[in-house]
Amino acid sequence: MIYFDNAATTCVSKTALDAMMPALTENYGNPSSLHLLGQTSNQALDEARQTVAKCLGAQPNEIYFTSGGSEADNWAITQMALQGQKKGKNHLITTTFEHHAVLHTMKRLEKNGFEVTYLDVHEDGVVRPEDLEAAIRPETALVTIMYANNEIGTIQPVEELAKVCHDHKVLFHTDAVQAVGHLPIDVKAQGIDMLSLSGHKFHGPKGVGALYCRRGVRLTNFIEGGAQERNRRAGTENLPGICGMAAALQEACDNMEENNARVSAMRDKLIAGITPIPCTRINGSLEHRLPGNVNASFEGIEGESLLLRLDLAGICASSGSACTSGSLDPSHVLLAIGTPVEVAHGSLRLSLDEVNTMEEVDYCLEQLPKIVELLRSMSPVWEQMQKEGRC
Amino acid sequence: MAMAYSPKVRDHFANPRNVGKIEDASGVGEVGNAKCGDIMKMYLKIENDVIVDVKFNTFGCGAAIATSSMATEMIKGKTIDEALQLSNKAVVEALDGLPAVKLHCSVLAEEAVKAALLDYYTKNNLPVPEECKTACDHDCENCMS
Repeated sequence: MIYFDNAATTCVSKTALDAMMPALTENYGNPSSLHLLGQTSNQALDEARQTVAKCLGAQPNEIYFTSGGSEADNWAITQMALQGQKKGKNHLITTTFEHHAVLHTMKRLEKNGFEVTYLDVHEDGVVRPEDLEAAIRPETALVTIMYANNEIGTIQPVEELAKVCHDHKVLFHTDAVQAVGHLPIDVKAQGIDMLSLSGHKFHGPKGVGALYCRRGVRLTNFIEGGAQERNRRAGTENLPGICGMAAALQEACDNMEENNARVSAMRDKLIAGITPIPCTRINGSLEHRLPGNVNASFEGIEGESLLLRLDLAGICASSGSACTSGSLDPSHVLLAIGTPVEVAHGSLRLSLDEVNTMEEVDYCLEQLPKIVELLRSMSPVWEQMQKEGRC
Repeated sequence: MAMAYSPKVRDHFANPRNVGKIEDASGVGEVGNAKCGDIMKMYLKIENDVIVDVKFNTFGCGAAIATSSMATEMIKGKTIDEALQLSNKAVVEALDGLPAVKLHCSVLAEEAVKAALLDYYTKNNLPVPEECKTACDHDCENCMS
């Protein structure tokens, strides 16, 4: 089996698993307990926090562990919005192609009296800082723009976007779930006020993530009922998850340069092999792109059939994001970059990382064109396109 | 959201029956909309009121291809009156069920058969049965049903 769905989730690395095992076995104490076993756990928690902070260029007391990226997004956005509202600021800025953890939170806030500006992401899937500057108002409470898109892998000019926000004294949050562990991040140098991350996107376990919140930004409590996470998020910590995530992040950051060189070479080979297929487009900027992301649309065929056929050939891929694969609607991300609806239906995401090999890329390039051809041969849409000389 | 397909759906997707076109078809029907993500085209060869051959071409998801395939199997060798009675429910049952969000594909399969029959009736100046008049129109609103 070939796993090209690493943007959905990754396998837990040996390093991460080894870091989790003590907390799952002998070191089962509650970090809040005063006895030795509890304090051993507390020590492990502290160390994990230091590791995560160091990998982001942050301080340990700026890291809040959560259940994942979606929780971190919900927390950051709702709390900053509510704080803004108290000061009469009821305007928020985001983009049209965010993850639903952001978009659905925005929809809820709109129902509660907020006005939201959704920035255009242009045909290349990249936000323009000047568009952001033009959208900021005196009553803007928060700007949230993803670091890298989960479907098309486009990387945003985060540093410039943060600068625009700071020039106008507006807070800047970024959903960096796809970027952390894959791209170099330094929250201080880049001027990021808040950042969400998720452990399972870089070979950590599922169900754990973190919110970075710069010192000086007042973060209100998200879950009441205990002193965990400096009183902000009650509940006994997911220590095995946290230790695994920290170890995975350290490993990813230590090997980032080497991994990215290898992974981007595989990505480029895939893109070069897919592009010659007729009536096919690669979605999103080729220049500002995650090392492991390939997203293509094949006209005349439908994405789910393509996925199922790839699955039969032993290749795990995705069309759009896994979160929306139960939906009949085409990807909101592809629509946001101007892809026609009928073309967006025929999209495929291959997301690679360092566990993949060139042999797997070669096998995929052998299978994929055949599958596209097979599905097109039985597609009335393709037949029509041929008749009209559109392809 | 549970999206598991039954082994029968998987089989009809992986090995679709009666894929193709019939050049001298007695009736051809096309239903669906590329914007909704599925289009089915059904070709019937009719001799003495019997469907002697049937072929289909489908643009769509796994369920769209499997329901098209199953529908062709269910009407092949049948009389046109029998084919007219083919319901989406029968197609779903024959496939051992479909996920709820994919039920519209079975509706599409039923409508594709009816659209091909409508074409046959019209071409031959035959009276169009009631069952055929209503179901042969398809747009985005009912593709979500």
